[in-house]
Amino acid sequence: MPKSPQMSRREFVGIVTAAVGSVMGALVGIPAIGYLIAPALNKEAADVWIPAGPVENYPIGIPTLFNFNRTKVNGWEKTVNSYGAYIIRSEDGSILALSNKCTHLSCRVNWKPEESAYRCPCHDAYFDIDGQIISGPQPRPLDPYETKVEENILFLHYLGS
Amino acid sequence: MFQKTFTWLDERLGLKTIYDTVLDRKVPKVNWWFTLGSASLFLFLLQGITGIMLTVYYIPSPDHAYDSIQYIMTGVSYGWLIRGIHHWGSSLMVITVFCHMLRTYFFGAYKYPREFTWVTGVFLLLLTLGMGFTGYLLPWNQRAYWATTVATSIAGTVPFLGNFINQVLRGGMDLSAVTLARFFSVHIWWFPAMIGALIGVHMYMVIRLGISSVPKEDD
Repeated sequence: MPKSPQMSRREFVGIVTAAVGSVMGALVGIPAIGYLIAPALNKEAADVWIPAGPVENYPIGIPTLFNFNRTKVNGWEKTVNSYGAYIIRSEDGSILALSNKCTHLSCRVNWKPEESAYRCPCHDAYFDIDGQIISGPQPRPLDPYETKVEENILFLHYLGS
Repeated sequence: MFQKTFTWLDERLGLKTIYDTVLDRKVPKVNWWFTLGSASLFLFLLQGITGIMLTVYYIPSPDHAYDSIQYIMTGVSYGWLIRGIHHWGSSLMVITVFCHMLRTYFFGAYKYPREFTWVTGVFLLLLTLGMGFTGYLLPWNQRAYWATTVATSIAGTVPFLGNFINQVLRGGMDLSAVTLARFFSVHIWWFPAMIGALIGVHMYMVIRLGISSVPKEDD
């Protein structure tokens, strides 16, 4: 059979099959990629200002513990974590908020007025009233929270972990 | 360049031979009813792919099954699409496989020398129904729970052995986490592996024997 200048039926069917197949592949393939990587793209608005009540609740010069909870959602699971911060108000009005999580292995430190220090019950880490290291195995001072006061209410800046 | 690469591969893999044997076969003049086998194969592959996708998020445990599916439906991009295809595809596959069986029966395509193709097909149909049965429990909602309660109770009415069959299906006296786990296992490993193997045998015979033609008046 002499070769016709037109496209043969076989070529036409081949091209149409490839084209339809590609469209179907893309229709399934692109959503499939989105499906697989979706959890990585879910951005939780993690950082938030936590209200800690009126400033007068915190006596001047005495570290006072403030506790709060945050809920984390991963997929269909919810995890509630508790956090604590020692609030220290000074004479000049400045406010220091220190996480009570020991920088060694994350046990909770306690303020010991008789020793004028935060003491970690796990491995005897000692921090002074400003959170600086006195003695112990801890690698760095206690982590501070950023604070702000609005209409006499104290807020702590929680960064998400 | 493409031609050279293809020739290099073809020399070593025999791609042209595979293509000629599997796809470029001589077939009699037939009609659209003869596409149902290919359609069933396509649906099996589609169910396989979407099923694998679903296992990325699904957990076969009474504590998590329902919630993980809610997450697939509302929390994951296109989760509704993947699950929707799997859900509707399952019904479509049962219908397609069943029609494929009817076509084979009414066109007499099960006769010599294709009896064994028919026998593997019978098992493929039963396994397809088994996939529907085991998959139905996995959402772990009220409908799934009670449908499986009823269905396993029906199996329990078999004379003498009924109670035993019922307990084997449930993995105990009651529908429980054990039931969900074994249904999941059967749904994603045992039955797909058996279907895959049987499709291999089924298609080997289709390729080896060729397909039957449409019966004529004097057949």
